[in-house]
Amino acid sequence: MSSPDATGRENMGAEAGRGEVDGRPILSMEEMLLNMGPQHPSTHGVLRLILHLDGELVISVDPVIGYLHRGMEKIAENRTYLQMLAMMSRMDYLSGIFMEWAYVRAVEDLMDLELPPRAEYLRVITAELNRIMSHHVAIGDFMLNLGSWTPFFWTFRDREIAMDLIEMVTGQRMMYNYMRVGGVRYDLPDEFEPACREFLDYFPAKIDEYEKLITYNEIFLSRTLGMGVIPPHEAVSQGLSGPNLRGSGVKWDLRRAEPYSVYDEFDFEVPVGTWGDAFDRYKCRIEEMRQSVRIIRQALDGLPDGPVNVKTPPMLRPPAGSIYRAVESPRGEWGVYMVSNGGLRPWRLKMRDASFVAISMLPRLLAGNKIADLIAIGGSLDVLMGGTDR
Amino acid sequence: MTPDYSHSYLSVAVLSILDVLFILGVLGFSRLIQRRHAYPEKLTPYECGVPPIGDARIPFAVRYYIFALLFLIFEVEAVFLFPWAMTFDSLGTGGFVAMMIFIGVLLFGLIYAWGRGALEWV
Amino acid sequence: MDIAAVAESMFRIILAFIVLLSVVMVSAVIFPFAMRRLWGFMGDRLGPNRVGPQGLFQPLADGLKLFVKEDITPLQADRLLFLAAPALALFTPTLMQVVIPFTENYTIADLNIGLIYVVAVGTFGVTGLLLGGWASNNKYSLLGGLRSAAQMISYEIPLMITIVVVGLLAGSLSLNAVVDAQESIWFVAVQPLAFIVFIIAGIAELNRTPFDLPEAESELVSGYMTEYGGMRFAFFAALIEWSNATVWALVGATLFLGGWRGPFGGSGIYLALKVAFIVFVIIWFFSTFPRLQVDQLMSFCWKILIPFSLFNLVTTGLLLALLPEYALWGIAAVSWASVILFIGLFHRALKGILLKKRLRALKGF
Repeated sequence: MSSPDATGRENMGAEAGRGEVDGRPILSMEEMLLNMGPQHPSTHGVLRLILHLDGELVISVDPVIGYLHRGMEKIAENRTYLQMLAMMSRMDYLSGIFMEWAYVRAVEDLMDLELPPRAEYLRVITAELNRIMSHHVAIGDFMLNLGSWTPFFWTFRDREIAMDLIEMVTGQRMMYNYMRVGGVRYDLPDEFEPACREFLDYFPAKIDEYEKLITYNEIFLSRTLGMGVIPPHEAVSQGLSGPNLRGSGVKWDLRRAEPYSVYDEFDFEVPVGTWGDAFDRYKCRIEEMRQSVRIIRQALDGLPDGPVNVKTPPMLRPPAGSIYRAVESPRGEWGVYMVSNGGLRPWRLKMRDASFVAISMLPRLLAGNKIADLIAIGGSLDVLMGGTDR
Repeated sequence: MTPDYSHSYLSVAVLSILDVLFILGVLGFSRLIQRRHAYPEKLTPYECGVPPIGDARIPFAVRYYIFALLFLIFEVEAVFLFPWAMTFDSLGTGGFVAMMIFIGVLLFGLIYAWGRGALEWV
Repeated sequence: MDIAAVAESMFRIILAFIVLLSVVMVSAVIFPFAMRRLWGFMGDRLGPNRVGPQGLFQPLADGLKLFVKEDITPLQADRLLFLAAPALALFTPTLMQVVIPFTENYTIADLNIGLIYVVAVGTFGVTGLLLGGWASNNKYSLLGGLRSAAQMISYEIPLMITIVVVGLLAGSLSLNAVVDAQESIWFVAVQPLAFIVFIIAGIAELNRTPFDLPEAESELVSGYMTEYGGMRFAFFAALIEWSNATVWALVGATLFLGGWRGPFGGSGIYLALKVAFIVFVIIWFFSTFPRLQVDQLMSFCWKILIPFSLFNLVTTGLLLALLPEYALWGIAAVSWASVILFIGLFHRALKGILLKKRLRALKGF
């Protein structure tokens, strides 16, 4: 017995669920439930996606997060301000400088500290180096998701040089712990400037090399053009930020929109895309690496002399109050909301992570695509579980 | 001189038997020297580190069956093509024209399937 | 039948078996190593260079490690099929070599239907992968096995049609006759279009990048071999993969690159060099290209490769029927022209299709 239901579709009994694809009726089958992650080669850490599959087609996706949860926000309530600083770069571990930066900005602005200009410049230099490194991973991983290995090795080859540079300054390759309330920990070593200038001369040619290998490849184009489209209004209303937002054509970069530190002294572009697809997001990251090179060069040229930090009391006690400070991290807006009650420890510390927003977009973006596109779109959003799960 | 083809086929048969024996031998020898320690967790099918949800063997939409049907048609076509290619000279123009009509019909079928959207992956 | 004749044929078969196995083994040892070093070179790094001189013993070390490793069968797997799958898949590379003329005088079994035999045994390989995927009781394996089935049967068709073209040119289905027909000129010069189609379809048959969807490590973990471990994994990952590549390269070298022929009299060394060249092309593709999508893979086969190879077959037949004296020249002219046309049109057509796709995607949101 069949009768048209409310949608006008033939009701063919219990399993009539998803009866149509592109307007044509299909024979209903059982849907396959598939765990993708936490231990999967391309879920960027420990993201778990529960897929409802119909053949190769993804009907719906449930992202499950929390496999990397360390309770950072609660830990912060039991640490002094300086102790918590060491934990910050352990959140979004590919862009640790930005995590620290947002945190120290919040504390400094609560305490009304004036920074020496050299400290601000050093912050910009290390941060932009860190941005390049993070985009290296983003592009390399994205290509790995698409099944191409060589771009990954090429980006990691150059990431190694950037890592060496940042290690010269901070002494660390990943968990920098470089920022201090009132400045930075160390001044530049003497060998940094020539080495960094050498890198700046070397690197733009390498970006062109990546583009030759990746951007004009027909397979790459057919995998990414028109894939995972986020229209601008959708991106804004979901709260996306960073290259994911700019790929949709929204020119929003905190470095320009709400200039912090000394960014308004530098001359650089904010690259935006037009279509909001995976390709535009990739292209934004490539362009941002070029702009970062420009910023570092200008910062090195105009590097002022002077101290790199101001004296602060050994036990920081910011006055009571609350504050939100954000920086433009490689993955978007990384914000720190801090409530102080005038004591030794933050009363509440809340972080805003851009990857979390991007993950919340996943079910909407992935439904109706194939498994392979799911990986491609997920890779193009550059989500990182370290920041999301905290 | 005509080569003795029956002898050749016999050697193919013997070689395939030797092949199977070789594989079983290698696997058996490997089994003898390896340490075996299996427990249920190790033997659970891999599904990214969590217990599998649902069964892998369910009525499952295999969208490739259209391609399988088309493949069957073209496979049969090729079986006709091979003898034609071999006797091309002796068949002459008549054989050529006949084959062109045959290929034309097949090509029409392909274009029809294309037009109907059978070549789209749904 | 006297004893001497029986002993002689026994000897011939054992010799043949040794040749088959040594081709399989050598390719499973040399080519993975070559791939990893070349891939390292192309990725601007070193590749394995610790075990033995220049890392030469790395494949042996890997093989030994896998040999003594525990070989598990997952719960609820179909035990018999799970065991049989690698054995079935290894059938293809070993048995396909039977018809290859290794040197002027040495073919293990010179079958009169060598080309059909190549196609028939080649199709056999998909069974092993499909069974392995199904028997594992793992969803990734199942998806990988189904993908490999769809892909391999689809690309079988252009492959077959190009093989028919070669048969037309040679006028025989025996591979020795094909090599003899290339005495004056290699078929790659006469039929570049067929060679290109053969290489593309062959790489798809081998499940190699950019057609490595059945074992797409970023999507399906390891595809059909996800559940395999120990020696059976070694069979799948090294032995079958690479001996299949070698055997398809052997077929390609025989059909298009003149087989054992070369300057200063032919020998097996020329054949080995040609095989190495084709395997190099496979490795080169591997380190350059991303992976195709499933529907793009199918469209490429059914909408581009099959029409082009049918066109090639028709023109070759037409020229052979109309101008038998100048046929080779005519075929070469048409084939080269269509290769240039193909490359010229492809990029332009793709650009249009992709722009349409982008517009549709933006509208469809």
